[in-house]
Amino acid sequence: MGRYLGRKLAIYLLTFFFAVTIDWLIPRLMPGNPVDTMVARMALRADVAEVLRSYYIRAFQLDLPLWQQYLNFWIALSRGDLGISTWLFPQPVIAIIYRAVPYDLLLLLPAILLSWIAGNQAGAMAARVRWLDNTLLPLSYILTATPYMWLALLLAWALGHVAGLFPIAGAYSFNIRPHLSWLFIRDLLWHWFLPFTSLFLVMFGGWAIGMRNMIIYELEADYSRYLEALGAPQRLIRKYAFRNAMLPQITGLALQLGAIVAGTLATEIVFAYPGTGYLILQAVQNQDYFLLQGCFLFIITGVLLANFTIDIIYALVDPRTRLGMTGE
Amino acid sequence: MGLRVENLRVYYRTLSGYVRALEGATFAVSDGEIMGLAGESGCGKTTLGHSLIYLKPPMTYMEGRVLLDGQEVPIWDMKRMSEFRFRRISLIPQYAMNALNPTRKIGRMIADLLAAHGVDFREILPELKRRLDLVQLSHEVLNMYPIELSGGMRQRVVMVISTLLNPALLIADEITSALDVSTQRAVCEMIVEFRNRGFVRSTIFITHDMSILYQIADTIMVMYAGQLVEKAPTEVILRSPHHPYTRMLIASLPRVGVRHRQERLQGIPGAPPRLLDPLPGCRFRDRCPVAFARCAEVPPFVEIEPGHFVACWQEI
Ligand SMILES: Nc1ncnc2c1ncn2[C@@H]1O[C@H](COP(=O)(O)OP(=O)(O)OP(=O)(O)O)[C@@H](O)[C@H]1O
Ligand code: SF4
Ligand SMILES: [Mg+2]
Repeated sequence: MGRYLGRKLAIYLLTFFFAVTIDWLIPRLMPGNPVDTMVARMALRADVAEVLRSYYIRAFQLDLPLWQQYLNFWIALSRGDLGISTWLFPQPVIAIIYRAVPYDLLLLLPAILLSWIAGNQAGAMAARVRWLDNTLLPLSYILTATPYMWLALLLAWALGHVAGLFPIAGAYSFNIRPHLSWLFIRDLLWHWFLPFTSLFLVMFGGWAIGMRNMIIYELEADYSRYLEALGAPQRLIRKYAFRNAMLPQITGLALQLGAIVAGTLATEIVFAYPGTGYLILQAVQNQDYFLLQGCFLFIITGVLLANFTIDIIYALVDPRTRLGMTGE
Repeated sequence: MGLRVENLRVYYRTLSGYVRALEGATFAVSDGEIMGLAGESGCGKTTLGHSLIYLKPPMTYMEGRVLLDGQEVPIWDMKRMSEFRFRRISLIPQYAMNALNPTRKIGRMIADLLAAHGVDFREILPELKRRLDLVQLSHEVLNMYPIELSGGMRQRVVMVISTLLNPALLIADEITSALDVSTQRAVCEMIVEFRNRGFVRSTIFITHDMSILYQIADTIMVMYAGQLVEKAPTEVILRSPHHPYTRMLIASLPRVGVRHRQERLQGIPGAPPRLLDPLPGCRFRDRCPVAFARCAEVPPFVEIEPGHFVACWQEI
């Protein structure tokens, strides 16, 4: 197991290195210059603008040779310094991201965990109950084939715009300041419901289908037939099948994580939900390359960490990996 | 008392109609008897074996009775069969090497299975350990996952599990097919040992490898295309087979003790019949060198000498 995790860790570190390098390159390869944009927005007199420009270029260290910029980037990164936002100058990028992260987690964690649990249960049930299979399965196929953004727009339009049951923008009402009270929590949940639901539903469909197919496969497996031939009750056979079908679902979670995060970003944009996705939109609109860079870096790190966590969990629950019997 | 099967007919329900895989089988296996069940691939050996313990769709019960120690076995009723399975009728499947849940420790799995039958694992543990000793497995395997064992070890574990509750009838289906010769011998000796020690009373040992049957079987029953063809003590089948099919089967064998598999059967001219719409009457008729008009009727399985049954009109 140590070797398995060691190898995984090495792969993730390598991935991280390349991802960070590409992340560093992006703003430098993009047309335009963030400092020019920022200065231009201030609409100053030409000579003042020029002074400010050279000041900013020095401040952002854009006058250094590329290799030094790159090295400094890593050094700064190791201190948790992602640079200064040009859009919300002079706030540090990391501070802006920190403000957005709780909203990401508020959407992502419950959506992933609840859809995974509910989807697995529903899929396992569908494998046993004919009518459920006939209704849930087609529905799940539709749900999982729906792009996240699409369902988000549909829900925002139907339940928000037409029915007026839910707000369609923000994480809480404009006239409430965040504080700890039932009023605020209720408001927060009310704003949270639609983006959460649209994420939950799309993921739910995928997990339900996966579990249903896996469990049917497991019920056909030799060990299930042997148990049945020896008169084991269905309860025991299903328990084994469920546990074994769960393992590929854990791997599936790791594989899906990237898509899920992308879906969350899109959903946040639709609902103007102030997470990282919404920040990315703002960064693009305001040509704030450093913020964009910071957001990507944050996402990369988050996805890699989550993947590694899932790998550890998998290694713990599957004896085959734990004993180092199989490669993956 | 042993096992009595009367006129057992089991088909497979398929989209293109019934596959008549077992047609009116009547035979008995007495206490302590190891009966070898032979015949070429697809003749219905597994169908017969499984129908006695695990008759599951698309396998369909048509008619017939099964009696174990004089008691009716409700093979057509999956639910009621639960109390017979494992306790009184048990199976070592063809896929024994993969028959264990890969993610459960072997001991835990056995405990789960026993609990489902109302047996306390701790009570039976000393006996379980004795039997592991007998098949030369360390007690440690109980603490291991199946993947930690070799294929041969897994099979021995399954043999121990299947016979743990001392069933009156054990069905062993092709358990030697995937093994090398020396392991085959060991497995065969175990089957005999299990019988000698009274772990199992009657055994139906399915194989298409006749040479193995010479080593362990008390009697041999031969099937052809879903029909019983001949049953007799091993010596008799070997020395003086009566049914034309058995005779060709024995004649086509190389020297006794030499390993031979299906290719030997290609020595018999003609193709095995389709079981979807088989020939009426004796199904061997189109390949039989001595067939005559009467063979269009189904020949009865009659006892021509004590313990020697043949289904052929030439013998009546
Ligand atoms: N699930 C099934 N559906 C339809 N037909 C089947 C099914 N299983 C077996 N059969 C048919 O029933 C007949 C008997 O099959 P069976 O498995 O009993 O043969 P066998 O003697 O055990 O052969 P082998 O030596 O290859 O194991 C074969 O003709 C086979 O094609
Ligand atoms: S019954 Fe007829 S066809 Fe069948 S084996 Fe005997 S002689 Fe041949
Ligand atoms: Mg078979």
